[in-house]
Amino acid sequence: MDKSRPAQAGSGGHDTFRPTVGQLERLGALTAAAALVAYGASRRSPQGAAVALAAAPLAFRGLSGHWPGSSRGDTRRALGGPRGSHVREAVRVERPVDVVYGFWRQVENLPRFMHYVRYVTNLGNGRSRWLAAGPGGIDVQWDAEVIHEVDNRLISWRSLADADVVSAGSVHFDPLNSGRATAVTVHMQYTPPGGRLGSAFAKVFGRSPEQTVREDLRRLKQILEARELAASGAHVRGGRA
Amino acid sequence: MKALCWHGRGDVRVERVPDPSILNPRDAIIEVTSTAICGSDLHLYDGFIPARKRGDILGHEFMGEVVEIGSKVRNLRPGDRVVVPFTIACGGCFFCREQLWSLCDNSNPNASMAEKIAGYSGSGLFGYSHLYGGYPGGQAEYVRVPFADVGPFKVPDELLDEHVLFLTDIFPTGCMAAENCGLRGGETVAVWGCGPVGQFAIRSAWLLGAGRVVAIDRIPERLQMAASDGRTDVLNYEDVDVLEELRALTDGHGPDACIDAVGLEAHGTTLDAWYDLAKTRTMMATDRSHALRQAILACRKGGVVSIPGVYAGLLDKFPLGTAFAKALTLRMGQTHVHRYLPKLLDHIERGDINPSFVITHRASLDEAPDMYRLFRDKQDECVKVVLEPGRRAAH
Repeated sequence: MDKSRPAQAGSGGHDTFRPTVGQLERLGALTAAAALVAYGASRRSPQGAAVALAAAPLAFRGLSGHWPGSSRGDTRRALGGPRGSHVREAVRVERPVDVVYGFWRQVENLPRFMHYVRYVTNLGNGRSRWLAAGPGGIDVQWDAEVIHEVDNRLISWRSLADADVVSAGSVHFDPLNSGRATAVTVHMQYTPPGGRLGSAFAKVFGRSPEQTVREDLRRLKQILEARELAASGAHVRGGRA
Repeated sequence: MKALCWHGRGDVRVERVPDPSILNPRDAIIEVTSTAICGSDLHLYDGFIPARKRGDILGHEFMGEVVEIGSKVRNLRPGDRVVVPFTIACGGCFFCREQLWSLCDNSNPNASMAEKIAGYSGSGLFGYSHLYGGYPGGQAEYVRVPFADVGPFKVPDELLDEHVLFLTDIFPTGCMAAENCGLRGGETVAVWGCGPVGQFAIRSAWLLGAGRVVAIDRIPERLQMAASDGRTDVLNYEDVDVLEELRALTDGHGPDACIDAVGLEAHGTTLDAWYDLAKTRTMMATDRSHALRQAILACRKGGVVSIPGVYAGLLDKFPLGTAFAKALTLRMGQTHVHRYLPKLLDHIERGDINPSFVITHRASLDEAPDMYRLFRDKQDECVKVVLEPGRRAAH
């Protein structure tokens, strides 16, 4: 197993093991490779040997997480030109820029308003590890690094190699209303790794990635302006008086 | 606890439901001592407001005693007696800071639903559909109040519930309607609808310096209530041609300001009113806007049409060309209740107004379904119903 992946997804306080997309896919590749080798060996023939040999790339993928010769996680290749999906959303927050920037910069705060992000761990040196909830109880995981940061102005990041989700983005903080308020603008590009498990990340983001980011920014605004997330408390009721 | 729950068009029931609890640090739980049925509750009752769910607790005019507070509520203590604005406001967003409380950015958990319809969402409201947040309302023994350090307003013990209950909605709503007329003194104000909001719009117009107020309705007891101040002129639209009468009363000039305190379920005797009725009955239109059309036609050139009446959807045959030709100003919106509380409490304490004059019926919570029917059908000269959930029910 790749050492960058925790064997347990629970290091951020989760008590149940949830495999990530990458882990499931590797398991699938290894199982397929093993099946091919077993089948090939059972034939005891040159053709059988060929079938078993053909399992080699699958086995490589199962062990390494990518096909031989490919280089996953290169954000420039994955997101360059027309590739990848682009999202741009902005929100106005009635708090000074240093407060908003300071809040965002504490990566542990991010899951408080990013709906699908289960946890973010600060790895130091501008690096962080992300785990997000995907469809069907499958998680997606990636490591990211800050590539540019200007105090109270800008944070930009990209995912590192072996990401389930290759992404890059930036968040800009611009003072409004003589510094009493802040415009927070998120630009993000991401690509679900080539066709894997039906573009799991696109599903994580639902039908509209813009809507997901917009709702995340709405929650950020609520936390900073109202100091809590609005909740209706409405629930199903029953019984007669 | 017991609460009044919505189950369908014309179907509300008193049911036993779980007690509310503190969900957020800025919450408070209020034990309701008095709660009223609002004319806008009838829009829910009659099925004009979308996004309801069976079991929704109705009610947005309520007051009572604080029984529990969240960890971040510093201004209230258990035992405090408060009135609660029907609009829920966080106090920290752009709109709250601009005193536009009913436009709060942060109090509607279903803002994305409202944005799909309106582009932007207004504040959350108590007991007023999931489009406005799905907050359980106050026609109940207890209610959870979010942002309790901003909304609930303490009232002095010397004043009875019936003196201050209407600070939660209809008195500020009538006052904002009159304030939106931009009165400088001596103007003629015509008010369509003599329900509770109309009554408070009339009194507020006088308080703000109107020179003449003309009230329009068809229900005799409501017109009588409007005229009971001894100075308001009244017109029964079933007996007279409103446009002609208003023209005559103003020497051919037209009223300086017109207030539509009717909203989307207007009645009328003219062709357009029957047309609206047919279209809403056959689900081909959402709102009946006869009163608003007439207000726009009646208003003098350059005047103001102020709209406290609730509209929910799309208007048909709306005479925007007339409004344009006469350079009218249209002002409207949910009430910024918080803004009016200190000033209106002052008026009550000084004795300028005793808001209890609109109350015609008092009942227990158990009688609420009957009261909804009575109020909707305008039976028994009903103008305003106050419900008293009474003593604490056994849990």
